[in-house]
Amino acid sequence: MFDLTGKNALITGASGGIGGAIAKALYDAGATVALSGTRVEPLEALAAELGERAHVLPCNLSDKESVEALPKQAAEAMGSVDILVNNAGITRDNLFMRMSDDEWDSVLNVNLTSTFRLCKGVLRGMMKARWGRIVNISSIVGATGNPGQGNYAASKAGMVGMSKSLAYEVATRGITVNCVAPGFIATAMTEKLTDDQKDKINAQIPAARMGTPEEIAAAVLYLSSQEAGYTTGTTLHVNGGMAML
Amino acid sequence: MSDIADRVKKIVVEHLDVEEDKVTETASFIDDLGADSLDTVELVMAFEEEFGIEIPDDAAETIQTFGDAVKFITEAS
Repeated sequence: MFDLTGKNALITGASGGIGGAIAKALYDAGATVALSGTRVEPLEALAAELGERAHVLPCNLSDKESVEALPKQAAEAMGSVDILVNNAGITRDNLFMRMSDDEWDSVLNVNLTSTFRLCKGVLRGMMKARWGRIVNISSIVGATGNPGQGNYAASKAGMVGMSKSLAYEVATRGITVNCVAPGFIATAMTEKLTDDQKDKINAQIPAARMGTPEEIAAAVLYLSSQEAGYTTGTTLHVNGGMAML
Repeated sequence: MSDIADRVKKIVVEHLDVEEDKVTETASFIDDLGADSLDTVELVMAFEEEFGIEIPDDAAETIQTFGDAVKFITEAS
């Protein structure tokens, strides 16, 4: 099941914990992958670990021109982009009353606007191929909200509405657009938390633990597969039961 | 009929799966030839590739009929 042989996937934020796991899962299922991110070294290391079907395409998602060039670079490197995983994201947390325009703009720009541009950039090829899979990595926070993350939550909720709208438009062309909304996942981002903070978080999760990047990757693999062709416009919540939506 | 018109007609016939004689000068892609809005976007993409031209979004919106398409492409190429 879930054989991606012959499919070409572009993954943003591949230098991060979740993005790396997604790239690995798609690669292991047979896909050729283009690894995008800001930091070249971890991308090169991941590509070397994966093998010859992995390409490295550094990109600064806060730069409009770089973002618009990325789908073309990926298509040149791999021949096409059949699967797009918008995983890259940033946080600039602050209390709402203290949040600056810059904190708001930068998070919306990288998390939501770049996702819009990348989706737009891969659609032409997918429409012609009559096949495509777009998976946008949202967040539990987009559905539940979180103090200090007004900008981040807005960007992640925005992704869901955008994905549903796009899913409507391209469904007849064999293209699906879905979101995966992770809860708390153990990555470098959560390692900074103290044990006390982690205990408090785990107490709110029915599964009583954080998720793993591989558990997010498995959801992405499903939504990228041929088998998921009738699943579109949905959000798959992977959060250990923390929010049952 | 000009070479451009022939090539445009071929794309329209293939893409919208319609009879060639239905593709008249005033035939509207949406009202007469059964296209949906996404079909019109795809037609414009196909025209761009066939004729090696760029059709900006605001111009694409004005291309409603077969005749509009031929006229625009003739002027652009």
